[in-house]
Amino acid sequence: MGLNESFVQGVAQEVGERGFLLTSVDTLANWARTGSMWPMTFGLACCAVEMMQAGASRYDLDRFGIVFRASPRQSDVIIVAGTLTNKMAPALRKLYEQMPEPRWVVSMGSCANGGGYYHYGYSTVRGCDRVLPVDVYIPGCPPTAEAFLYGILQLHKKIHRTHTVSSGWGANGVRGRKILVG
Amino acid sequence: MTPEKLDRIEALLSERFADLPKERLSDIVIVHVTPQQLVATMTRLRDDPDLNFTQMIDLAGVHYPERAQPFEVVYQLLSVHKNHRLRVKVALAEDQPVPSVIPVWSCADWFEREAYDLFGILFTGHPDLRRILNDYDFDGHPLRKDFPVTGRYEVRFDETLGRLVREPVVLERAFREPYRHTL
Repeated sequence: MGLNESFVQGVAQEVGERGFLLTSVDTLANWARTGSMWPMTFGLACCAVEMMQAGASRYDLDRFGIVFRASPRQSDVIIVAGTLTNKMAPALRKLYEQMPEPRWVVSMGSCANGGGYYHYGYSTVRGCDRVLPVDVYIPGCPPTAEAFLYGILQLHKKIHRTHTVSSGWGANGVRGRKILVG
Repeated sequence: MTPEKLDRIEALLSERFADLPKERLSDIVIVHVTPQQLVATMTRLRDDPDLNFTQMIDLAGVHYPERAQPFEVVYQLLSVHKNHRLRVKVALAEDQPVPSVIPVWSCADWFEREAYDLFGILFTGHPDLRRILNDYDFDGHPLRKDFPVTGRYEVRFDETLGRLVREPVVLERAFREPYRHTL
């Protein structure tokens, strides 16, 4: 998570000498935001199984401060893991709007990215970015747990690049910039 | 099923349902009924101790656009006790209703909703004939052969209206028919 030994030593030295630390508000806010990204549990299809793999002991999302929540009110990020259908789209949008800001969207797998295998079907939304503003697209059918984890880290990088206070923009100001992982 | 078992079922059926047309395939016997005969026939198939079809395994719709009666409802029956199976078929014209078999097997409820959703087959006497898979305001019945594969509408969120809107399908990449050259 970007914490290397010299950084830790530097922090320890500064606290030891002066008793306090200086940083920018943006850096502090981004550190707090990336340190505990609680995702809204939104497994729609087989991608959800891979997401669960990433959450289980082998890859262990908990060490990134990622704890799956069953309520949009407590979530920072929504992971669209699977095929989004026309019937599900209003529910997904409603859940997204119930999440407090700042909030992020991860589109996981081919179906959520662009319809995937069901692109020409009659009941599929051809990409969840037609319904939500997506921050990170993770390709794969389904993406492996490693790819999923890499996507989460890319989202961390993206959040570290935001300057909510100094730019005068809200978290929404940097939306629309799309990252393709891998 | 073994040929002997099929012989036995065929003999039983010709004894009890002499007037119904029957068909024998390599592994199953098929009985064709009209919508008027359906419920009485099914009740008897269930209650007759020799036939004993106490379970309905599946109910499906089929669309044959070239036929005079383009729709068919297919019932798969099973007797666990006797370890034998039977297939029952009802041919229907478009919009011709067929009686529900929920009074005979209550599991038919969702199967009939599915056949209604995907083929538009109407089941009279069904307590709650809503769509089961597609959205409740879906337009058309997608497993009919004349329904476009890509559907008629697609959904997206409209930022200015602040809600989801339905629009006619516009494909950025045309639908390819990979086997067209073989036709």
